[in-house]
Amino acid sequence: MPEKTHMNDTTRYSFEEKRSFTLQAVCIGGSRRSGRILFVQMLSVIRTHLESVSSHSCCATALRFINSSTGLRSPPERIMKTFCSVWLLLSLVELSLALPVSQEPPLACRGPEDPAPPQPETPEEMDTTGDLEPTHYPARRAATVAVHYLNTRHGSPYRVFLLQQVHKASVEDVATGGRKYSLDFSVTTSPSGSPGPGVRCSADVLFPRTERHTPPDVQLRCEALQQLNSTAEDEAFYQKYITPDSPVSAQYLPDSYGNMSEEMQPFWRLARVAASFIMLRESSENTEFNMAQVASITQQESSEKQLMLDYVVLLHDLPSQEIIQWKLLASWSPDRGVRVLQTEWQPRCPHATKPPN
Amino acid sequence: MKGLLVLTALFVAVFGKRTYEGDQVLRITPKNEAQISLLKELSEQEHLGLDFWREPIHESLPVDVRVPFHSLQAVRAFMRYNQIQYNVMIKDVQDLMDDEQREMVKYRTFPRSTDDFIYTTYHDLNSIYSFIDMIVAENPDMVSKLVIGKSYENRDLNVLKFSTGAGRPGIWIDTGIHSREWVTPASGVWFAKKIVTDYGRDPILTDILNNYDIFLEIVTNPDGYAYTHTNDRMWRKTRKPNPGSSCVGVDPNRNWDAGFGGPGSSSSPCSETYHGPSAHSEAEVKAIVDFVKSHGNIKAFVSIHNYSQMLLYPYGYTSTPAADKAELHEVATKAVSALQSLYNTSYRYGSIITTIYQASGGTIDWTYNQGIKYSYTFELRDTGYYGFLLPANQIVPTAEETWLALMAIMEHTKNNPY
Repeated sequence: MPEKTHMNDTTRYSFEEKRSFTLQAVCIGGSRRSGRILFVQMLSVIRTHLESVSSHSCCATALRFINSSTGLRSPPERIMKTFCSVWLLLSLVELSLALPVSQEPPLACRGPEDPAPPQPETPEEMDTTGDLEPTHYPARRAATVAVHYLNTRHGSPYRVFLLQQVHKASVEDVATGGRKYSLDFSVTTSPSGSPGPGVRCSADVLFPRTERHTPPDVQLRCEALQQLNSTAEDEAFYQKYITPDSPVSAQYLPDSYGNMSEEMQPFWRLARVAASFIMLRESSENTEFNMAQVASITQQESSEKQLMLDYVVLLHDLPSQEIIQWKLLASWSPDRGVRVLQTEWQPRCPHATKPPN
Repeated sequence: MKGLLVLTALFVAVFGKRTYEGDQVLRITPKNEAQISLLKELSEQEHLGLDFWREPIHESLPVDVRVPFHSLQAVRAFMRYNQIQYNVMIKDVQDLMDDEQREMVKYRTFPRSTDDFIYTTYHDLNSIYSFIDMIVAENPDMVSKLVIGKSYENRDLNVLKFSTGAGRPGIWIDTGIHSREWVTPASGVWFAKKIVTDYGRDPILTDILNNYDIFLEIVTNPDGYAYTHTNDRMWRKTRKPNPGSSCVGVDPNRNWDAGFGGPGSSSSPCSETYHGPSAHSEAEVKAIVDFVKSHGNIKAFVSIHNYSQMLLYPYGYTSTPAADKAELHEVATKAVSALQSLYNTSYRYGSIITTIYQASGGTIDWTYNQGIKYSYTFELRDTGYYGFLLPANQIVPTAEETWLALMAIMEHTKNNPY
């Protein structure tokens, strides 16, 4: 059983990409000291263009590498920088002719600092306090958050918790300016054990009301949870894949038709549990997240007796209907449970076409 | 070691597979005995690899020979030198074989009737449109196809009309308005078959159809649906470009003239809930609006989505309860109970704005404000586990249980004329 959930925030990649974007902007726009406005416009155009061109990682990677060395020493590095700058310049010229400069970058291609889906306005119902209708969305969203939390603590390849029903719910304003939901609900597990009423839980879910988004806080109690030890199937799965003959790798689980091989199902469920860390962190009163699909899974070399899995997952937010793509690195073992070590939001550009799966 | 393996595989792939690219079939017309002898000699040149489909026998009989590509030049030179007449019968054998293969595949997977049709799998747009034509052809007295308009990319917007008499009030059902919600058109196809099967057998449906017409639009957003097959399985909106933006499409369920542009829809073209430049700007929406208005006598309107397992009634754009809320809620209770009776699937129900989220410019808010009292939206299976990617083995159970709810709504409509 994991004693404490553990997840690092968005780190290496996005920060470095920010740095590389800045470097490129400085390369081109830095000399034009007087044209500040033009500089900012160029920066946003650069960003838009780089985010929308699939090969942008080429220059980002190259410049990141160059950044990390202490200076442009060798001819290959110089050539690389020259190439990237020229390429960038040409693309800029082409773009500035094509795009209206005032255009906002597409929502799905926004900069790395803002993966949150657009927040719908809250109608009057959201400001009520007291008892809530259990079948209506305010109670259901809070319960969904509690279930995400439950999955981060107790989810495994052979146990994903699902919200079955909210029995009772109420909400109150909190002194610090947040809203606290008190919930009484039932969950089931998948794959299902015996059909029945499910496991009864109660939870307090606190949504802070802060300037920048803060993850909700969850206090959770479920009956009989202590008795839920890791299953025999979890153990067998662990033994099979901890020293793999060949690392597992797959794309699009399930596929467009909802199909998934037997072998991949526990990997999919692991993704679902790992995604719960992200869904929990990103949740607010205005979101309701589910995992829509696992875009890819690549098994990494096991480390410290943990299964290491690189995932790209697609999350779906019900109120905004947006599909949000996250890359994450997760570890799992029956003893330590699921941990998420790295997460990175990946913009989904509307005109980037994906092959059918 | 790995390299050797790869090389071997490549070798096998290249030399193992038989291909007839560039091979030609020549039809030779020998003029005399001498030419026949020459051709017989030619046939003995093993290195040429000639494959005679008709052997050289007699001067009055044509000689057909498949000439491998590498021998073509030599054979043609031989013919010229000996002044033997020939013409090219088949210019490229491989091409012909490919065509044939394609025909075979087409024939093999093409259902010959709606009894042949596989309801337990998802189909592409062409297959569904073929199904529509088939069901009309098989039931000419009861089913007809109306083309109510064209999509942005100029595809037909097809509506099946089930009718047993003229001048009747109508009941409308649509599926597939959001293209990633595949289980809905899959259910729509099943509903169509169910109607023609049950008429004359099920007393309640027979009674309904003897008093009302049923209109069923199975693929309400065909451009989007095609796009989910070719490019992006998660596409939701229409496929109309937005001027001044690189983002495509409008949410057809935010484009109706009911609280248009209000909270619960987005003014950004890049958003999944973009309401569009104006109400009814989308051809797919306008076509239904025009149809409903010109029909003038639609009494129930059901728009089907997935996922969430909900049955919803107006409003989505305002928290003011609908005037008929009590009755709508009572009918929903009956419908959900009927649905649950089959596989114990549990649904939540209520107004859109309280049950799922605030949404403005929605379909059934508009139809309700037009006076169509029994306006409902379904969100079919599941509650988020598979979501849009519902396994195909759940299509028929979903359609079956949903049909029970639809029957409850249609029956109530019939029993409560207004």
